[in-house]
Amino acid sequence: MASSVLESAAIRQPWNDPRAEPYIRIERVTKCFGEFVAVNDVSLNIYRTELFCLLGGSGCGKTTLLRMLAGFEEPSSGKIFIDGIDMSGIPPYERPVNMMFQSYALFPHMTVEQNVGFGLKMEGKAKSEIADRVANMLKLVSMGEFSKRKPHQLSGGQRQRVALARALIKQPKLLLLDEPLGALDKKLRERTQFELVNLQEKLGVTFVVVTHDQEEAMTLASRIGVMDQGRIVQVGTPKEIYEFPISKFVAEFIGSVNLFEGRLIADEPDHVRIACPELDRPVFVAHGISSAPQAKLWVAIRPEKIQLSLKRPAGDENWTRGIVKEIAYLGDLSVFLILLDSGKTLRVTRPNMWRHDDENITWEQEVYLHWHDTSPVVVSA
Amino acid sequence: MTQHHRQAQPPQGERLSAGVQLMLRALQHLPPYRWTQARLARWGVRGRTAVVALPYLWLLLFFLIPFVIVLKISFSATQLSMPPYQPLLQWTGEKLTSLRLNINPGNYLYLWQDSLYGRAFVNSIQVAAVSTLITLLIGYPLAYAIARSSTKWRGVLMMMVILPFWTSFLLRVYAWIGILKNNGLLNNFLIWAGVIDEPVVMLQTNFAVYMGIVYSYLPFMVMPLYANLEKMDLTLLEAAKDLGCRPMRAFFNITLPLSMPGVVAGCMLVFIPAVGEFVIPSLLGPPDSLMIGKVLWTEFFNNRDWPVASAVAIALLIFLVVPIVYFQRAQARTAQAGQA
Amino acid sequence: MKSQTPWFRLSSLVFGFAFLYIPILSLIVYSFNKSKLVTVWGGFSTQWYGKLLENDQILDAAWLSLRIATVNATGATIIGTFAGLVLARFGQFRGRTMLSAMTTAPLVMPDVITGLSLLLMFVAMEQAFGWPAGRGITTITIAHITLTLSYVTVIVQSRLATLDGSLEEAAMDLGARPARVFLLVTLPIIAPALVSGWLLAFTISLDDLVIASFVSGPGSSTLPMLIYSKVRLGVSPDINALATIMVGLVSLGVMITGYLMFRRERLRQRDMQLASSAA
Repeated sequence: MASSVLESAAIRQPWNDPRAEPYIRIERVTKCFGEFVAVNDVSLNIYRTELFCLLGGSGCGKTTLLRMLAGFEEPSSGKIFIDGIDMSGIPPYERPVNMMFQSYALFPHMTVEQNVGFGLKMEGKAKSEIADRVANMLKLVSMGEFSKRKPHQLSGGQRQRVALARALIKQPKLLLLDEPLGALDKKLRERTQFELVNLQEKLGVTFVVVTHDQEEAMTLASRIGVMDQGRIVQVGTPKEIYEFPISKFVAEFIGSVNLFEGRLIADEPDHVRIACPELDRPVFVAHGISSAPQAKLWVAIRPEKIQLSLKRPAGDENWTRGIVKEIAYLGDLSVFLILLDSGKTLRVTRPNMWRHDDENITWEQEVYLHWHDTSPVVVSA
Repeated sequence: MTQHHRQAQPPQGERLSAGVQLMLRALQHLPPYRWTQARLARWGVRGRTAVVALPYLWLLLFFLIPFVIVLKISFSATQLSMPPYQPLLQWTGEKLTSLRLNINPGNYLYLWQDSLYGRAFVNSIQVAAVSTLITLLIGYPLAYAIARSSTKWRGVLMMMVILPFWTSFLLRVYAWIGILKNNGLLNNFLIWAGVIDEPVVMLQTNFAVYMGIVYSYLPFMVMPLYANLEKMDLTLLEAAKDLGCRPMRAFFNITLPLSMPGVVAGCMLVFIPAVGEFVIPSLLGPPDSLMIGKVLWTEFFNNRDWPVASAVAIALLIFLVVPIVYFQRAQARTAQAGQA
Repeated sequence: MKSQTPWFRLSSLVFGFAFLYIPILSLIVYSFNKSKLVTVWGGFSTQWYGKLLENDQILDAAWLSLRIATVNATGATIIGTFAGLVLARFGQFRGRTMLSAMTTAPLVMPDVITGLSLLLMFVAMEQAFGWPAGRGITTITIAHITLTLSYVTVIVQSRLATLDGSLEEAAMDLGARPARVFLLVTLPIIAPALVSGWLLAFTISLDDLVIASFVSGPGSSTLPMLIYSKVRLGVSPDINALATIMVGLVSLGVMITGYLMFRRERLRQRDMQLASSAA
């Protein structure tokens, strides 16, 4: 269903290339803690130089999956291959994988230099080599002048850089990052996001990032794996995940969405028509879907893809009518909550392109809502 | 500026930890470390197993098995020899059938029949309970006051509570002799203040034992209480006040119930050892005071009746098992909570 | 009502600390008393300190106690650290509950029971293996290690519980094997806890009368045993002098440690403030 969007942009997308060899292969991995199933039958391929984000709410199993990649937990069943090598039974200290911890886990009794050089020291490298590589690495993260400081003498952003440098110095095949920007304030986070992407591209290391912040995932990732209750529910590029969520959960988890329950009334290869009790007219979707004819469906429409107007739209599909109940002015855009005759409330956003709005839609006004036939997405429950 | 100054001269603490690190680094290269590792590996013992085994075996050998031996000896008869008890298993002849089992429940019967031991138990429990209560009444306000002081003072005040604990227990009990004597500090003070005309006999009474126990065990009460009260969320009290609760009621409805784990831990830490206390009753109590710890001591050292002393120990242990297990559970729970 | 609360707090503090310190102060004051009758003030004198230093019996006992305390504290710290590490970091294994019970029980076990059971154990061992031959410094040390390792275990365990476990994971992730993780990361960080555990074990050993009385043999009288035998006969001023010296040494030690820790913490705080304001 997403093939047209993908092919137009398919330049460096190994996951669409059947010949590409996955770098990390997670095969039917399950992890139980007693009765609790933290990770449930997850299979996933991650390719070289990808920046893969595991996205999900707390307790969805994303951190457990990451810790299994690092070797801190062994899968209860299933296998993990990194670069073709089975990782079962290989302890963390023998894996070609390094991790950046959520708390950064900088050793408080060592200087920045000693922290960054720790991994090389463990490899038994010569002192001079360690010194050189540490200096280079610190320069790369622009922390050169802080090499003699202790972690508590650094700010949050500086600690994050040191943790990154420490995790990268052994030139791991795979870098795992657990909520890498979680401890930073909003401004710093935005700046660091882009730095992280630049660094990843420069070094060509494969990153797997765990985050609960969808905006962070969207900015960083080449692909996102959305997790829920121990399962991966959807894998795709940020755009695919946002524009073509496959389930109600994904649609609601990423961004906000208006959902309507419906039933197929016309099923053609290039379009479908769906009747939704909450809308007075059918929804016309300009692509085919693969669903059983009688199955219950949900139609998802993003708030920014609905237009408001005071004039009645032409045609007999893809529009409805309602009364404005709330308007929230957010500066760059405004959010409207509109009550339909069916009692359903819709969320519509509208960019504030002009200072003065000629249409001047206001509270308790009757408005028409309409959308393009490529905007609705059909999702499963 | 200060930065450079400090790098040139690291403070004591950092120099200390640098020293420790240096020692540890040296330790890794010393032959015994390598040798032990190689030797253990040859025996198929992994480092992890060795780490578990050392404390485990030590405590089994010197803590658990001794109780089994006490139990065994508590069932044997006294005899005039060294050691002064009969073995439980005895070979009376050459044949296997001549193995004689000398199980003698007489010691326990004796404890049961002689009212001295029963009275000693009851008295010990009563003294321990009363002292625990007094300790709580003094310790709670103290812990509360410290926990609600400014952060700057808390550390210093707690250090002052613990400081006496670092000095000799025996000498602290001894100090009370000087205070409670007929011509001691307290009597002199009360006469000077005009409260009494004649010295009141305080030493060698149960009152003196209470004072001794309260004084010696006060830090054990204050420490868990303080730990509990200090980490209490003060916004709970603000919420209570906001909802119209007066401070006094807020204390009884919120602070006190929330601090119950601390109260229980503190009371256990005082009550359990106080039941078996020996030094305090023997120095401050009446000469004929019946405290079970003292009875055990007398049986062992003065009467040299090891089996009866063992039986007393087992009886005391059986009595204390319930509070000890309770304490141990609570302790494990707090340790778990700290980890989570 | 509102103004009453600080008043109540202040009086609890004053009463509590008066109760804790007046007995100790009285010990110190009367150690400088010229009169042999401890409670009658006969003028200032340091004669009892002189007497104390001439008393070989006391000096020998003190030396014995110090030796036992040192060996005990070191042993208890090593074994207790292992036990604390096992309990805090090794997860669930068979026998964990047992180990945990064996390390917390000695904290509250009455001394008379511990003392008696250890003595009977030593006697039984001597009968069976011929070791330990007789009782004395070795048996006292073993008994004290058994008692004090619980305290070290509790201290280490609670320190490890508050230590961010990802520090150790990070070290492992960077290629350190478990033994090196412990030596290079865990141990240096928990070193202050080990120091306080060591000091606590040292003090408890130096202070123990009951257990030592059970497991000691002829000719090995520790300082508390000697003090007890003197004190039982009544108050004597040279014991006051001894008490003053011990209180003085301990207070000095605690105050120095406290000051060092306080200063280190203050430096840390200032560094952290500087770091965050620079960002």
